[in-house]
Amino acid sequence: MFDSLISAFVLIFSGAHFLYLLLGVVMGIFIGILPGLGGIVGFSILMPFIYGMDPVSALAMLIGLIAVIPTSDTFTSVLMGIPGSSASQATVLDGFQLAKQGQAARALSAAFSASLFGGLFGACALTLIVVIAKPIILFFGSSELFMLGILGISMVGVLSGDSFIKGFLACGVGLLLGTMGSAPATGEWRLTFGSYYLFDGLKVVTIGLAAFAVPEICDLLRKNTTITNKEEPLGKGWIQGLKDVIREKWIVLRCATIGTLVGILPGLGGSVVDWIAYGHVVQTAKDKSNFGKGDIRGVIAPESANNAKEGGGLVPTILFGIPGSGSMAVFLGGLTLLGIEPGPALIEEDLQFTYVMVWSLAVANVIGAGLCFAMSSKVAKITTIPYGILAPFMIMIICFAAFQVTRSVFDLYTLIVLGAFCTLMKSYNWPRPALLIGFVLSDTLETYLYQAVQIYDWNFLTRPSVISIFAITLLSVFLGMRTKKEKTYDQQANIKDLFKLNVETVFLGIIYLFFAITVYDSFTHNFLGGVFPGGISVVMFATMTYTLFFNKKWLSKALNSNYSLEDTKDMFFAFSWIMLLVGLVSLFGFIIAIIILFFAIMKNKTNLSLTKISVITFSAVVFMLILSHFMTLDFPGGLLQELVTLPWPLN
Amino acid sequence: MFKKFLLIVAALMMSISSSFAVDFSGKTVTWMIPFGAGGGSDKWARYYAPMLSKALPGNPTVVVQNCPGGNGTKCSNQFAQLKNGDGLTILGDSGSTKIPFLLDDKRVQYNPSKWPVVLSSPTGGAAYVSTTTGYKSFADFKKLQGKKVKYGSQGATSLDLIPLIAFDMLGLQVEAIMGYKGRGPARVAFERGEMTLDYQTSSAYLKSSVPLIKEGKATALFSWGVLDDNGNIVRDPTFPDLPSFAEYYEKVHGKRPKGPAWSAWKTFFASGFGGQKMVFLPEGTSPEIVKVYSDAFAKIVASDEFKKTAEKQLGKYSQATGKAAVVAQKEAFTIDAKSKEWIKSHLAKKYAVKF
Repeated sequence: MFDSLISAFVLIFSGAHFLYLLLGVVMGIFIGILPGLGGIVGFSILMPFIYGMDPVSALAMLIGLIAVIPTSDTFTSVLMGIPGSSASQATVLDGFQLAKQGQAARALSAAFSASLFGGLFGACALTLIVVIAKPIILFFGSSELFMLGILGISMVGVLSGDSFIKGFLACGVGLLLGTMGSAPATGEWRLTFGSYYLFDGLKVVTIGLAAFAVPEICDLLRKNTTITNKEEPLGKGWIQGLKDVIREKWIVLRCATIGTLVGILPGLGGSVVDWIAYGHVVQTAKDKSNFGKGDIRGVIAPESANNAKEGGGLVPTILFGIPGSGSMAVFLGGLTLLGIEPGPALIEEDLQFTYVMVWSLAVANVIGAGLCFAMSSKVAKITTIPYGILAPFMIMIICFAAFQVTRSVFDLYTLIVLGAFCTLMKSYNWPRPALLIGFVLSDTLETYLYQAVQIYDWNFLTRPSVISIFAITLLSVFLGMRTKKEKTYDQQANIKDLFKLNVETVFLGIIYLFFAITVYDSFTHNFLGGVFPGGISVVMFATMTYTLFFNKKWLSKALNSNYSLEDTKDMFFAFSWIMLLVGLVSLFGFIIAIIILFFAIMKNKTNLSLTKISVITFSAVVFMLILSHFMTLDFPGGLLQELVTLPWPLN
Repeated sequence: MFKKFLLIVAALMMSISSSFAVDFSGKTVTWMIPFGAGGGSDKWARYYAPMLSKALPGNPTVVVQNCPGGNGTKCSNQFAQLKNGDGLTILGDSGSTKIPFLLDDKRVQYNPSKWPVVLSSPTGGAAYVSTTTGYKSFADFKKLQGKKVKYGSQGATSLDLIPLIAFDMLGLQVEAIMGYKGRGPARVAFERGEMTLDYQTSSAYLKSSVPLIKEGKATALFSWGVLDDNGNIVRDPTFPDLPSFAEYYEKVHGKRPKGPAWSAWKTFFASGFGGQKMVFLPEGTSPEIVKVYSDAFAKIVASDEFKKTAEKQLGKYSQATGKAAVVAQKEAFTIDAKSKEWIKSHLAKKYAVKF
């Protein structure tokens, strides 16, 4: 074992292998920064070149790519409030707040060092565990995975901000959105409203962009300043960030362990890891008051976990050929293209390949974190650019990212609908993380619950392993409750308030209606296809009925915002810029639409001369064209493109 | 006027000459794959793509384009819109796009039996049971029939339909547990002891299931078999020692399989395994272009490069080109009304599938 570890190390530094590793790392950094693109897209771009390549070079390149995505995606999450990839959604919560307070450098530096540690931890874990991991993976059957899903859901308690009832209902909306598309037990299509687009269900990328990016863009457009108005000397921020990580070393270690474990257990999925780490750190913190308002621990926790996840995720991929996440599934395809069949043989006979992966992971993490550090003092300046200039870029990027989900114009409509909903959630203080957690765990919970009941009947609940995980869940909920304070309200809301026609009551009405529709939809399916969404929607509908009409205290917590009509109007105008782009895209296609959008926003929000606006617009278009060319990504077309054939790039 | 006439004549000449000798030099052939990168179909197409480029006249660039969605139906619908193809777009399908067509899935707006076929690639698999069921050899079959066995499945309207129906036809009491995201996770559940019946496709079977059999944890049942050039099911060359499903059926029931259940199963087997992946040109493509492709694939399959590498990439399965591919296409898409009725009512009764 030791010999192959050393010879693998020598191997990746010899010949062209190292160059390929570097190529992978550079691509990974770039893909991480671009929101909505993650490992799946990265691997898909490299896949055509893999066939026939030297296996060591190819492995180094692929691992180099995936290792640094969770490092560089922090740039977008912290500086723009847009999740750089679905594994760093939780980073947005505190990271972007820190950036707004002028502490972008500190947040980035803490995030990169935490990422570096997490990545190295994951690589070590891979080295040691892969030889003995088989019993661990075999231990976690469907019943255990279901209970782990419940443990994940229990995080909603601490992530629901100042009102538990809102968190509970938001989580319900997330769980039900997650049941859209085909049912795991029967393959029936649920909540599709007859639209073929919804047959495949919603994707976490779309939900992430809608929940975090859209509301932030609206908010900033409304205020029309720079992201931060304080600028702190960068050098100080760097050292502060490093100090933060050293001070919170136990958080880093715990979250790296969580990340590795979530990676090792196939079936929880990659996009849940940051939320579990974030929930964990909030639950165990004594002083929770600052979370969501710019607590550095809220950046450190998810960042150490999401890099560690990759090392863990390789374990089941190598040992059993079962991928733990979407990107691992593509990686698995890459392995077979190289003629490497995953399975026990990769440990017993070809251990060297496994250790090539280990070293690539470790080296890539070091180089990736180094490059990100080196770039960041320049990149952090983004927060001082006036938002009138930055906004069209961001709207362009999120629409482009959303479009890559299925490459249909419906991706953009879905973004608009969910984005509007989440913007209202933000306005009325509804916790968006609760919605995200519900969404990412919905499929896990339903599938494993159904399987566990089929295999063991309800007796699965009495399995010692299940009881142990449940005990951990209770403990963590208890820890979370101990120090959490619910806001109290002097003014009690009244049922009468519900009938005042304003945007907030309409918003509540939409949620109520959504639950009602889901109840109805569930009863149109087979028992096995409808029981999970049916059960949840009935509970949610009942809870909401009780809250609205029977319990004034709860109602005050659900209907409590001081959001004025003026603010709502402003938000609507800001939101309409995004609608404008989507509308223009459906008419004229993407390129023409962004040209119009850039001119419209900059003319409206800045005092720039027409020449300057033209130059900025031109560079944005060129950037998009280069991107789509090298990444072979498409642009959405519109009505115009259907009617007439236009020359490149307008087609 | 005269100039225009000359132009038309020239254009006509060009089109005639091009139909005599198809030449793709400087062009790009797009190979549509209705599934994501890194999947089985993607791998298969990327293996063939460079050889196809060499074998086609004019050596065009061959690009594999993934367009996943709707379980492969979205991309196939797009392909069906193409009429009178110029030979620059081809589609590689899979069992997962054929089965929705056979079951009249409402998302399907394509009819692959109308598309000219130029290659058909088979695949195979084998089934095995846990030794905890008491099954050690065929002599224990009656014992196995009397027991409930658990099978981890991806869903009754997916490729798993073929094993599920096969087990039902043998009279096994199978409890299908749905929701597995692939054969891999189902095999892990088998190793964990949660499942007692499983099947794996050939390469995974050799890599991961054979060790289980050697350890005494599992006993092999049968392979699905392969289609010969006349459309009969014969033993799979990967597993020469295992009976094909048809042989096993005969051993169990004492007579050759026939009737609507069998003919339905055979069609689905041909779409899911015997001719799992096919290469199509759009409907209405001129016979000359179809022939060029057909010849190109025949040339590839006969080449030394292919013979050296194919077993590792595609298994020991003979690739059907030319007439054999047309036979495979016919097997995969011909289903009489009675068999279709049988399979639909069986799926509705046993697996609560709604049509």
